[in-house]
Amino acid sequence: MSKVTSILLSGVGGQGAVLISKILTNGFVGAGYDVKQSENHGMSQRGGCVTTQVRFGDKVYGPLFGKGQADIMIALERMEAVRCADMLKPDAVVIVNDYRQDSSLTASGLAEYPEGCVEAMQENFNTVVLNAEEIATSLGNIRCANVVLLGAACAACKELNQSGIDWESVIAATVPPKHKELNIQAFRAGMAAAAQ
Amino acid sequence: MKHLMSGNEAIARGIYEAGIKVASAYPGTPSTEILENAVKYKDSVYCEWAPNEKVALEVAYGACIGGSRSICTMKLVGLNVAADPMFTAAYNGVRGAFVIVSADDPGHHSSQNEQDNRNYARHAKIPCIEPADSQECKDFVKAACEISEQFDTPVLFRTTTRVNHSMSLVEFGERVEIQAPPYVKDAQKFVCVPAFVEGKHNKVVQRMKDLAEYGATSPLNSVEMNGSAVGVVASGAAYQYAKEVFPEDTSFLKLGLTYPLPVALVKDFASKVDKLYVIEEGDGFLELEIKAAGIECVGKELTGEVGELNPQLVAERVLGTVFPTKTVPVKPVGRPPALCPGCPHRGFFYTVSGKKDYIISGDIGCYGLGSTAPLSAIDAVVCMGGSFTMGMGMAKSFMMEGYTDKKIFAILGDSTFFHNGITGATEIVYNKGNVIPVILDNSITAMTGHQENPSTGFTLQGDVANAVKIEKVMEALGYQNIIIVDPNDLKAMKKAVEDAAASEVPACIITRRPCVLLKRLNLKFGKCVVDVDKCISCKKCLKVGCPAVAIRDGKSWIDRNQCVGCTVCAQVCPVGAIEKEGE
Repeated sequence: MSKVTSILLSGVGGQGAVLISKILTNGFVGAGYDVKQSENHGMSQRGGCVTTQVRFGDKVYGPLFGKGQADIMIALERMEAVRCADMLKPDAVVIVNDYRQDSSLTASGLAEYPEGCVEAMQENFNTVVLNAEEIATSLGNIRCANVVLLGAACAACKELNQSGIDWESVIAATVPPKHKELNIQAFRAGMAAAAQ
Repeated sequence: MKHLMSGNEAIARGIYEAGIKVASAYPGTPSTEILENAVKYKDSVYCEWAPNEKVALEVAYGACIGGSRSICTMKLVGLNVAADPMFTAAYNGVRGAFVIVSADDPGHHSSQNEQDNRNYARHAKIPCIEPADSQECKDFVKAACEISEQFDTPVLFRTTTRVNHSMSLVEFGERVEIQAPPYVKDAQKFVCVPAFVEGKHNKVVQRMKDLAEYGATSPLNSVEMNGSAVGVVASGAAYQYAKEVFPEDTSFLKLGLTYPLPVALVKDFASKVDKLYVIEEGDGFLELEIKAAGIECVGKELTGEVGELNPQLVAERVLGTVFPTKTVPVKPVGRPPALCPGCPHRGFFYTVSGKKDYIISGDIGCYGLGSTAPLSAIDAVVCMGGSFTMGMGMAKSFMMEGYTDKKIFAILGDSTFFHNGITGATEIVYNKGNVIPVILDNSITAMTGHQENPSTGFTLQGDVANAVKIEKVMEALGYQNIIIVDPNDLKAMKKAVEDAAASEVPACIITRRPCVLLKRLNLKFGKCVVDVDKCISCKKCLKVGCPAVAIRDGKSWIDRNQCVGCTVCAQVCPVGAIEKEGE
C-alpha cells in the first residue's frame, strides 16, 4: 500500500486545532492527495481534550488511526502531548506548545498538574518545543498561537515542507481576509522558532 | 471537482440531490450537522427542528403520506424515543420515500450508551443502509429513497460517529426534482387498526424476502475478489479499517445494504474463500445473520463489541500486528469536560452541591456536567426528559418507605423541557409529587452547539417564531409558585431554592440567563481579578468548579484567557479578594 501520512493534533477545546486541520486539509486537497480528517465533537468542546486526525496519501482508507500510528503530532498544550504519546510512531516528529492549561481537576486542586511534560517528550521523540502563546502575543493576538505551531510543524516535518505545497497561500485562502496578514506572520514566526 | 466534507454535510447534500422536500430532526451528536447543513437548501427542502425525535419521525412520515420524499435524523438514543411510529410505519408503508437516519456512537464520544441501532431494522422489519464514507453518505440517501419507494418501506439509514464526523472527498450530482401526484385518500393503507394488521404483516414478511433477494444485485453491495485464502465481510467505517490493514490478496464483500442480509450473495462469497472474517463496529449484527444462515465466520470474538474500532485495533486483534509505541514517564491528569467559565448553570449547582438533604435528579444536556467534581451535584441521569419523572418515582418511593428528610429537585434545560419535560411536569402536578421541577433556561439548545428550540423565538430556517413561555406552560399545568431567578446571583438563587423547598403549593424554579457562548446576543464580558494580598488561600473559590479559577503559588489565580467575569467566584470569596475589573 502506498504511504499514508498520519497527523495528530491534540489540545483543549477552544485552542484552535480545527483551523490547523482546515489549513492542512485544504493544502493536501489542493495538491491532489486523497485526504481524510476526523475530529471529536460534542463533550470535547466543554474544556475536555480535543484530538483531530488528518491523513493524506495517494489513497487513504481509515478516517481514523490508532496507537503507534502517528507520523506527526502538533500538541497545543503540553500535558495533552504526554496524553497522546502512545499514538506516536517511535520516530514521529512532535511539535509541543510549552503552554499549560489547567483541567478542572488541576484547577480545583483535586490533582497536581504534572511536571516534566516537555522534557518527557524531548527524551523520547524528535521534538520541537516553543511557546506559541508568547510568540502570538508578541505579534499582537494570542489567538494566532495555533498557526504559530503549524509554522513550526511545516519547518520541522519533511512530509509537510517537501510536499510542494505553498502553505502561506493556503493560509491566505483559508482564513478570513482581515486575519490574513496576522496568520501569515504567525506562520513565519513559528517556522523561525522551529529553525532555532 | 471534489469537495472535502463531513459525512453529515454529505448527507445534507444527498438530501438535496435526492429530491427530498421535507426534513425534520431533533439535534443530537453525532447527527446534528445534517440539518444544520441541509437548511442551506431551504428553497428546495423544508427543514425544521422538531421538539423531539418522535415528532421529527412523525412529521417526516406525514410528509411521505403527503407524497413528498422525506427524511428525519437523530442520534442513536433518539430512535428509542421515535420507535413507536417507526414500527407501525413499517406496516403501513410509504407514498413518497421515507428515510430515518440513526447516527450511532460506538466509542460513546457523546452518548449515554453504545446501542447498535441496526437491531431496530431487524426488530421493525425494515431495510438498513450503512454508508462507509462521505461520498456514500451522499449517494446512499438517493439509493435509500429509491429502495423506500420500490419496496414500499421506511428505510433505516445507519451511520456511526466516525462516518458522520470524518471528512473525505465527495463528488456532487444534480438534484432530481419529483412532483408528488395530487393527494388521494388511502385509508386501507395508512390507517393502522387491528382489522388491517394481518394483511399488512404478511406484506412486510414478503417484503423482507424480496429485499434479501434484491441485496444480491444491489449496487450498494459489492464484491472485490483479490484472492481465495481470506475473505472479509464488512460495513461502514469498519470496512475502511479492514481495507487498510488486511493484506492485498484479501477479498472483500462490502455491504451497504446490511439488512436484510443478502444471504445468497454472502454464501457465494464465502464459498470462494478459505476463511471468512466479519469486521463490523458495534454488535455482531452481520455475524449473527451470517451464522444463522449456516455460514462459518469469525468476527466479534476477535474485534470486540465495546468501543470504537480503528485500523490499529483491527490489525492487532485480528491479524496480531504489533505497533511499537514509546511510554513516557509522565502521567497526565484527566481533563473531564466541565461547565464553561461563566456558564449560567454553575450558580444553581453551586447552590445545591454538598447539601445532604437535597437530591438532584439530572438530565441530558450541558447541565449533566453538574455531576463532575467539585460540584458533584447530581444523583442520577438516564435519558432526555427523564429527570422530572425519575424524581417523581424517587419521591413516591420515599413516601412509601417513610423517609421524609430529603428534598428532590429535578432539573432539565429549555430544549429538554419541550422535548419531553412537559409530560413529566404534568405527572408531578397531577399525581402530587413532592418534587421541585427546575428548568435551567439558557435560551438555546446548548450542548449540541446552539440549535433553536420552541422557546428561542427562531426556527431552523431563520424565521421568527412564537417563543413559547415556559412559565406560562407551567402555570397552565397548575404550578402556583413559579420562581424565576438569575442563577448568577447566588443570594437570589439560594433564596429561590429554599422558598421552593418550603412551598405549600406546587412550586417550580426557572433559572434564566443565556448561555455565555450565544453569539447573537453580543454579550459583553469582563474579567475578574484576584487581589493576592487579600486572598487567604481558603480555596472556597475552587468550589464553584470554574475552569478559569485555580491555585497558583498558594493563592487564588484566574486565567484571563478563560474568564468572562461572571463573578460567581467573587460572590463566594469570604474576604472580597476577587473583584470584577473596572467595578
